[in-house]
Amino acid sequence: MTRVAWLVATKDLRIEARSRVLLWQVLPFGVIALLLSGLALGPTQAGKSSAGPGLFYLVTLFVTLLMINRSQALENAPGTKASVATLGLDPAGVFLGKALALTIELWITGLVLLAGSVLVLHTALVGTLQALPSILVTLATLAAAGTLYGALTQGGDGPATLLPVLTLPAFAPLLIAGERSFSAALHGGALWEWWVIVVVALVAYTAVGILLYGVLEES
Amino acid sequence: MIKLSQRLLGPVTLLLLALTFWLGLWVTPPDVVQGNLVRLLYVHPPIAWVALYVSFGTATIASCLYLWKRTRSANLDRIAYCAMEISVVFIALTLITGSIWGRPTWGVWWAWDARLTSTAILGVFALAYLALRRANDDPALRARRSAVFAILTAINVPIIHFSVVWWKTLHQGASVLTSTGQLNVHGSMLWTMLIGFVGFTLLFFWLLRERYRLEVKRDLKVAHSVDEALALRRREGV
Repeated sequence: MTRVAWLVATKDLRIEARSRVLLWQVLPFGVIALLLSGLALGPTQAGKSSAGPGLFYLVTLFVTLLMINRSQALENAPGTKASVATLGLDPAGVFLGKALALTIELWITGLVLLAGSVLVLHTALVGTLQALPSILVTLATLAAAGTLYGALTQGGDGPATLLPVLTLPAFAPLLIAGERSFSAALHGGALWEWWVIVVVALVAYTAVGILLYGVLEES
Repeated sequence: MIKLSQRLLGPVTLLLLALTFWLGLWVTPPDVVQGNLVRLLYVHPPIAWVALYVSFGTATIASCLYLWKRTRSANLDRIAYCAMEISVVFIALTLITGSIWGRPTWGVWWAWDARLTSTAILGVFALAYLALRRANDDPALRARRSAVFAILTAINVPIIHFSVVWWKTLHQGASVLTSTGQLNVHGSMLWTMLIGFVGFTLLFFWLLRERYRLEVKRDLKVAHSVDEALALRRREGV
């Protein structure tokens, strides 16, 4: 399973590195969305700083939706599904591989957006660095859940519009937990209870993905 | 025996619901603290019980059985779909009756409370389930994806159940039967509530049976129209 996961993850990351969609499309979109959020809040620094964690996760949500669609679109290339079926690759490994690749892509995007929120939204650098572990775990959870929901929407009518409908109720608690732990790192407060929610969700989505991804790939 | 119980399901359901409304509105006394507002609680918890546990439980069990290859059948997929559709109605009723009770009690129609928010999220999940079914034309693919999504959605039910314990926000905790097994409601109030729980549960199964019948007829009609279209094409070919 781990060998298959590694193969799929490196395949996805290589395609991403060659196509540079992340670099030239997704990242600019995220940075522009963050800038527009800053403009919408006006010139006061205090307002921007307190809204920083929420806006960071809002922009991350938009970017995540784009990247899930992108990740699943790779599997829809002609012959890809047939090749996977012919090779007899373990579906659990395929799920883990895709989730891992998406996690790495989200981490890269997240780091750029965090730098942007320090510069544009004036979130404190020390607090942002303290929040980094919780942000990385939240992004990994979004990737695991997104891989599962992304597979549910592919091949049907309008996957790009169906994906937000399916994922938003699932992402809402994760985004709230991520935002609260980021705010707690910036302004003080209980951090652990929000961490627990994100970690439990990560374990749950990974377990469900390992168990059920094969069912979604059945032909 | 089964046919007799099926025939009696509708009338018994209506009788129990009428009894709940009569007892709740005229027989039971006003509450010491809440006054006449307590009468709404003879319907709100039973509706929430059906919305969260009965309908979602039915949809989840049917979905799990569908995914298990030994028990896989189109009937289970239909049951899951019909149960989820009914759950949308009951979740909406839960939120509406809760909101009507919340306005005079809490002073607001809606609060971003953990129980309310997680129930609303469950409602969006149920609507998303229906959207997912609409997006897939292939029956087998639609059934598989819907079953996986129903299981993912069911993760939210224990979160709603324990939300009042974990977050301690506006919505009160378990007030009829506490975690220690102590009953907090007595006399005619308790009986009215119990009859309400049974009545609304039977209402769910009655609606499920009728909706299931409709779905079977719809599937037969679709299959029949496909056969007719094929026959027409063959005749045209000749």
